This record gives sequence, C-alpha cells and structure tokens, in this order.
Amino acid sequence: MSGRDPRGDLARNLYVVQLRIRRFEETVARLFAQGRLPGFVHLSIGQEAVAAGACAALREDDVITSTHRGHGHCIAKGGDLGRMMAELFGYRDGYCAGLGGSMHIADLERGVLGANGIVGAGIPIAAGAAYAFQVRGLDRVALAFFGDGAANEGAFHEGLNLAALWRLPVVYVCEDNGYAELTATAVHTAGPGVAARAAAYGMPAAEVDGTDALAVHDVVARAVERCRSGEGPTLVVARAPRWHGHFEGDPQRYRSRAELEQVRREDPVALLSRRLLAERWADPTWLEAMAIEIEAEVTAAVAFAEGSAPLDPEAMLRVAGVEERP
Amino acid sequence: MTELRYWQAINQALAEEMEHDPLVVLVGEDVGAPGGAFGATRGLRERFGPERVRDTPISELGIVGLGVGAALAGLRPVIEVMFNDFLTLALDQLANQAAKLRFMTGGRAQVPLVVRTLVGAGKGTGPQHGQSLEAWLGHVPGLSVAMPATPADAYGLLRVAIRHDDPVVVFESLRQWNVRGEVTPGELPGLGRAAVRRRGGDVTLVSLGGALSRAMRACELAAAAGVDVELIDLRWLWPLDWACVESSLRKTGRLVVVHDAVGFLGPGAELAARAAERGVLTAPVVRVVPPRTPVPFSPTLEAAYFIGAERIAAACQEAVRNG
Repeated sequence: MSGRDPRGDLARNLYVVQLRIRRFEETVARLFAQGRLPGFVHLSIGQEAVAAGACAALREDDVITSTHRGHGHCIAKGGDLGRMMAELFGYRDGYCAGLGGSMHIADLERGVLGANGIVGAGIPIAAGAAYAFQVRGLDRVALAFFGDGAANEGAFHEGLNLAALWRLPVVYVCEDNGYAELTATAVHTAGPGVAARAAAYGMPAAEVDGTDALAVHDVVARAVERCRSGEGPTLVVARAPRWHGHFEGDPQRYRSRAELEQVRREDPVALLSRRLLAERWADPTWLEAMAIEIEAEVTAAVAFAEGSAPLDPEAMLRVAGVEERP
Repeated sequence: MTELRYWQAINQALAEEMEHDPLVVLVGEDVGAPGGAFGATRGLRERFGPERVRDTPISELGIVGLGVGAALAGLRPVIEVMFNDFLTLALDQLANQAAKLRFMTGGRAQVPLVVRTLVGAGKGTGPQHGQSLEAWLGHVPGLSVAMPATPADAYGLLRVAIRHDDPVVVFESLRQWNVRGEVTPGELPGLGRAAVRRRGGDVTLVSLGGALSRAMRACELAAAAGVDVELIDLRWLWPLDWACVESSLRKTGRLVVVHDAVGFLGPGAELAARAAERGVLTAPVVRVVPPRTPVPFSPTLEAAYFIGAERIAAACQEAVRNG
C-alpha cells in the first residue's frame, strides 16, 4: 500500500517506526531480565510516537542529539538494529565497538550525534551543530531530544538562550514523561511547565500529545520549517508517559498500580493502528505483515549481536589513541 | 622573525588560522566587539565578521557545549573561557563530552575543539581567578593540555592545537601576558613536545607554563652558586614529553619541579612518580610548588605562595647536595 495518499504513507511509516522501537525495546527488556545485557538500560516504551513523529519531520542530513533513553531516537533516524543490539551486548560490531553502550549510541552518517549519559548535555551540543550549519551556509537543522528533568539543568537555559539569541536552526523537543528519574514533575519543576519557559527567551513553544505520532510530526515539521527559513528555534513539549521504570529493574514504587494501568491505555502503537484502520490507510493484513516483518528484523538484530564478541583490550587502547611514550 | 608580546602572538595565531581555514571560528565572552578582556582577540571580528567571531552570554557550560556540537558538525571552534577557574562551570562538556566522544563512539566521532583559558596566577587575582587547574584536565583521558610560556609558544602551541583533530585546552599565562619575544611566522612545533630552555649537567629543573620566568632566573642564581641546571619547559601536560625529561635525568640524576598548581596530586607528582619508576634518580625529588591552600590575595602572601626564583635556585642546590 502506498502512493494514494501522502498522509496515509506518512502514517504507515510512523507506525512501522513505532513498532520497530517497541519490539526492539521489548526484546532488550527480556534480554536484560535474563541477565544477558550488562550495565544500565533505560527504555522508552510508551514514548515511541515522539521519536517517530519528530524524526519523520527531519531530512537525512539533519542531526539529532539524544538522551540516556535514546534507542527510539536512533531507530527513528534510521539506525541499524543489529549494530544497536551489538552495542547493548558490549560487542565490537556495535555502533561504538562496545566502548559506549546504550547511553552513547551514535550514528554520525545518519546524523545521530549521540545518546548521552548526562541529562541535558545534548541541548548546547545541538545548538553548536546548528551554529555550524549557520556559519557554513547550510540549510540543515539540529534537533535535541531531552526529558522534563533536563529542563532544570543549567544547560537547558544556557542552550535555549544562545539558540534564541543567534536564531539558530534548532528544534528543542522535550519528552515530558512526568518523571525526572524517580521523582514526579510536581516535586521538581516550578511554574506552569517547561513550555512556558520558552517565552522567557522569546522563543515560540508548542505543546503536543506525545502519544500521537502524526500530531508530533506536524508540530515538529512546522518548527523545522521555521529553522530552514531562518526564523530560529522552537521548543516543543510532547507529553508521553513511560511504561517502564527509569531503568530496567526499577520497581517503580513511586507510581500507583492505577497509574501504571492507565498509561498502558495510552498506547501510541495501538492508537495509530486503530487510526490506520479507521482512516482506511491500512488493513489488518498489512498490520499483520508488518508485525511479522519487524519481528524478523529484531530477531536478526539479536542474531547479529550474538555473532559478535568484545573488542580485545589492545584494540581498545588504539581507539583511545593512547600513546604512552617510553 | 617578529618581536611580539605574548598576547599579540595569540592574536597573530588566531588571525592566521582563521585566514588559513574558514571553518575556524572564535566564540566566547567579550571576544568580539570588545576584542577580548585582555586584548587577545582585538581586530578579529572586524577582519573575519560577526558570524565567525561571536560574543556570547556568560554561559561557560553553554558555550563549551556549543563548541562540542559545532566541532561534531564540521567546524574547528576556538572557545575562550576567560579564566581557567571558570572551566569548573563547563566541566561536563569538557570531561564527559569533548574528551570522551571519540572513544565512546568507537573512534568514529572527532571533536577538533580548542578551549583557550587564562591562568591568573601571580597577578593579584585571588582565590577564584588565580588557580592553576591544569592537573584536573590532564587527568581526563581524551583531553590534551597545552601551557605556553613564551610568545613563540603562545603562537605555535595555539596553532598546533587548532589543527589537532581532538580537543585541546590551552592554558595561557596572565603573568607572561606582556612579555616580549621572537615569533617565527609559520612555525608549527610538534604536539606534546617539551623544550629544553637551558642545557646543564647537574640538575634537571622542569617548569610548567607561567613558572618559566622564575625558573630561568633561578638557573642564573644557581649558576652563580656553581650549580649547572638543565631547564625543561614542559609546554604540554598531555601529551607528556616524558622522553625529554628522562633523557635529561639520565644525565643529571636529579629532579626539581616548579609549577603554580598546588603540589598535592599536581603535575610534579606524576613526574616524580615516573622518575622513581624508571630508577633514574640519585637524589630525592624536590617539588617547588604552592601549599594545598587556595591562592591568597595579599601581594605579600601571594609572593610567598608562588615560590620565587631564590627558593627554586636553592632547591636545585639542595638536590645537588643530597646526591
């Protein structure tokens, strides 16, 4: 199915990307629970529509900065599932040769400047990429994903001020999932919310339902258009609850059972599948075929990762550029 | 050869590199219209335009982060952080981002970022403008640290730093700011190469950054007392030119270190440890370094804190007496 209706094409693409993120991360959760993945893993299940919608509004040569909860962003920007999975295993065929892990996956060819283990760090970095595009006379755009918790970092205020001052081609996308780590918004954010802070920098802000990928796409597409026409940055706040804890293994004692049940009723993947059927953009056969195809992609990614191995320590020193003179 | 003051040599290096490569940009507080708090960027905005020479808000974290992103997206940014004490505000972007990006991406990302910053030591700048934090940065794998002490090095080391594909922090010296010296246009010294400022056979004196002038006077005082000092200006804390230091120590067997950073865990501690590991010493190491206190403001106390040429010379004589 394609070609009849551009809106339908977009919706189907967004669905495929969301489903790819969902199945990838469900598999990661399972592998982690089995003790097969080292370190920390932060999952974005429930927030897939933000990554899918925002990245669909970008060109291939646009760039993003991502967060510790960044698998979805990388997948939505076209990242390779096998190399991502190999990185989560800590293996040499991973995006970072196993030296970075989940929180540092980057794909520079696809404009993924990196996930980040430091909350808010991508905000000034995205401004810098946008500044480079401005100096070089390119019409490329930078987009920074960050969470509601990052809006209380100095990096947020310093980055937004610079971006607005210099009218940089950057889109700031705040994924508001209601929690900064284990702490609810009411405890960590003063004032009427993150979006309201844009006004202080003379920057337009838009709030959008972060479980609606089409709505996210439309809002970000307008922000990207503003960037390309030299009008400067926009702050987009997309509310989308996360289903899992801050990290895998977080028992989420700070959330009620009722809340956890409620957020699963706001399933962005299910919402879009219903919309696809209602608008006749897809039929059940297509949905079934996509489910099978993506299941196979994720299975292949795991197999690719399992076929790899850790880098040897000597090679690690070479990557680090260690030059110990005698 | 031209004779320039230290700050003019910085200006000259920036101008040449901006001329040479349109991807070099200069970003920092007061670098544009004001021409730098102490004049180092004078005239550059007029010459290269406000796109490439940008005045910023007082946002050290923001502007160093901006530099990281700009470097990832193809520029070669030179970020100015007015005093090295203010690097503390930007440490995440330096230590967690710039320093680690190449490694964290399995070698794929490149961050050709230069951060220029000033050491106010010895100029009455007090506890928050007079520190020497080079060891903090040198401790972080992935960062190079340059410490030019002469106009020739203020020019040469900065140009090397700008052409380097990985992040470099250049600690400039306010104490040396108006010192005049010969500068050879076009000269590009090797990355991480120390300079032997005086040949001698009795004792190896290693000096860092702005300590050089006192170290040179100390050499003369020691010579008058019959001690022949070999003076090494380290120039880079990282990459460390240990080969240069060791070959001198194999000749003298005696090590004296002078720097403006506090002694505890300072650069001298690393040099002493390496000398001990190599077994090249015949006398105990002497570190002529400030105590582990903040930098005092009072000129009298400050003069005592940053140890003068007489005591450095005495340390060299002591090393000779002890073995």
